[in-house]
Amino acid sequence: MTATQEIPVDPVLERVKTGVEAFDDLVMGGLPRGRTTIVGGTPGSGKTVFATQFLAHGITDLDEPGVFVTFEESPGEIEVNMASFGWDIRHWREVNKLAFVDASPRDSDQIVVGDFDLTGLLSRILHAVKNAKAKRIVLDSITQLFDHFIADQALVRRELLRIATALKKEGLTVLMTAERNSEYGEISRHRIEEFVADNVVILRNALDRERRRRTIEVLKMRGSRHVEGEVPFTLVGKQGMVAVPLSSLRLEQQSGTKRVTSGNPQLDEMTSGGFFRDSVTLVSGATGTGKTLLVTHFLAGGVAAGERALLVGYEESRGQLFRNARGWGVDFEAMEADGRLKVVCLYPEAQTLPDHLLMIHELVEEFEPQRLAIDSLSALERIAPETGFREFLISLTSFIKKREIAGLCTATDKSLIGSHSASEQHISTLTDSIILLRYIQQADFMHRGLMVLKMRGSDHDKQIRRFTIDSSGMHLGRPLEDAPDVFDDAPAGRPSAT
Amino acid sequence: MSTGPRSGRGYSSLRLYVAGESPGARRALDSRKRLVTASDGKIDTQVVDILAHPEEAEKAGILATPTLSDDSIDPPRRLIGDISNIAEVLAYFGYSKKDSAP
Repeated sequence: MTATQEIPVDPVLERVKTGVEAFDDLVMGGLPRGRTTIVGGTPGSGKTVFATQFLAHGITDLDEPGVFVTFEESPGEIEVNMASFGWDIRHWREVNKLAFVDASPRDSDQIVVGDFDLTGLLSRILHAVKNAKAKRIVLDSITQLFDHFIADQALVRRELLRIATALKKEGLTVLMTAERNSEYGEISRHRIEEFVADNVVILRNALDRERRRRTIEVLKMRGSRHVEGEVPFTLVGKQGMVAVPLSSLRLEQQSGTKRVTSGNPQLDEMTSGGFFRDSVTLVSGATGTGKTLLVTHFLAGGVAAGERALLVGYEESRGQLFRNARGWGVDFEAMEADGRLKVVCLYPEAQTLPDHLLMIHELVEEFEPQRLAIDSLSALERIAPETGFREFLISLTSFIKKREIAGLCTATDKSLIGSHSASEQHISTLTDSIILLRYIQQADFMHRGLMVLKMRGSDHDKQIRRFTIDSSGMHLGRPLEDAPDVFDDAPAGRPSAT
Repeated sequence: MSTGPRSGRGYSSLRLYVAGESPGARRALDSRKRLVTASDGKIDTQVVDILAHPEEAEKAGILATPTLSDDSIDPPRRLIGDISNIAEVLAYFGYSKKDSAP
């Protein structure tokens, strides 16, 4: 493969937006214009969706017509399959914004003898490009083309290179899909990426702890930088592919100094004036230690200060939450009626983690709360593999901060006394403040204790305070003296056997 | 590849899809002449230059050139690549000469 012509490429690579926002961020704004990108993936990994979205975004948002060369499904099938994402392919074809080159398998009786070329295909493609005045082109999938001429692989390689070169010369931004046999094996069958691609993107649909996890990864971008690593995505009706931004990429959140009340005057005192507006606080404790109570205070305190508050509950039903709140003298119903509070409860298992994240994004866009509580993160943790959960947390915390929302999340310890939860380890580095709630045994009596473990950028009370709960909520009492180590598993020493 | 059951049929037309003036196209056009001669005028071949008429290639779903195609039957019967072996070509399209069958 040496006879490639030298094709001048603008040194400053202009970017072509794909319509998958978070993906465009990974590649510094989009795919380089006039270049060829291979999108590899196993069957069902979302290649055709990504490819169609790339064309759809060009057509609907940027007035860049496209050509879809299909080697697999017929244009009619693609039309139907993509309709659920809100893409009106038929209309685009009618107004000549999208042209198909139908190279899907047709019923024909054919044999191949000797040498041939794929000028037939190339001239059809160029014809379609000219007619639609296309700027973007998709070839889906190249693997099918190889399979069509199964005995002539070297020839197909040669011809594919010729086609890619011709498309480049036309200034088209090219997206070719290629099948992979496994999620973490060679990049594509036939090693297409080696001879034809400037850029390589991998889509995955991996099974991890019995759960499907879709990710997108940029493997190679010739002549430009990109962000490394897999980014989760989800397929959303009426939208298409939505990648979940790992906003830690951009550490642009400014640290505000504005304080908001925790909803509990004594806790405000302990934290030297309340939580920071754009911060995330973690409340960690065993079941029954008062996490949901702190959440209730937090929400009620915000509403009392004239803010809007959003609660996303994963452990208890609305009925339970409202009943609990009433028991502590807080009327959630009235707050909701005033439009000051929104409570959304659902099972963690109802959707995937990226979907949960998107739902929270949407709720925040819609309701525009000044504070947000999530009860609890531990419930979410059980539905996701560890890496997925960490990505979720990074994404969630940076989103909360960027929107200048005061966030409060809870995490449930697995054992009743002391001990760390797994989520706590993840979360602790990502949250600005940590409040521990613990059962603490003293002589024959079990107390509840609260301590502010960490408060970024502020002084705080470091004592462990005993507290009681009554019909008006939580009341912090005197510091516990001679309290056992709150980090330890049990007074008798570690680790606790059962 | 069998020769198919249609031997001894009458006059028919094949289409030869070629790309402009490429060496492959010239070879194919050459073979076509010999083919017409060898068939005693029973086969007519229509040449389609897909560079000039890409819409014809689109309609017929042609990927490779040269392609010799019998579009009159369903599904169409196609021979891609080298069509210089006249006897084999005739056999493939069902005009088998008894003496040339392999």
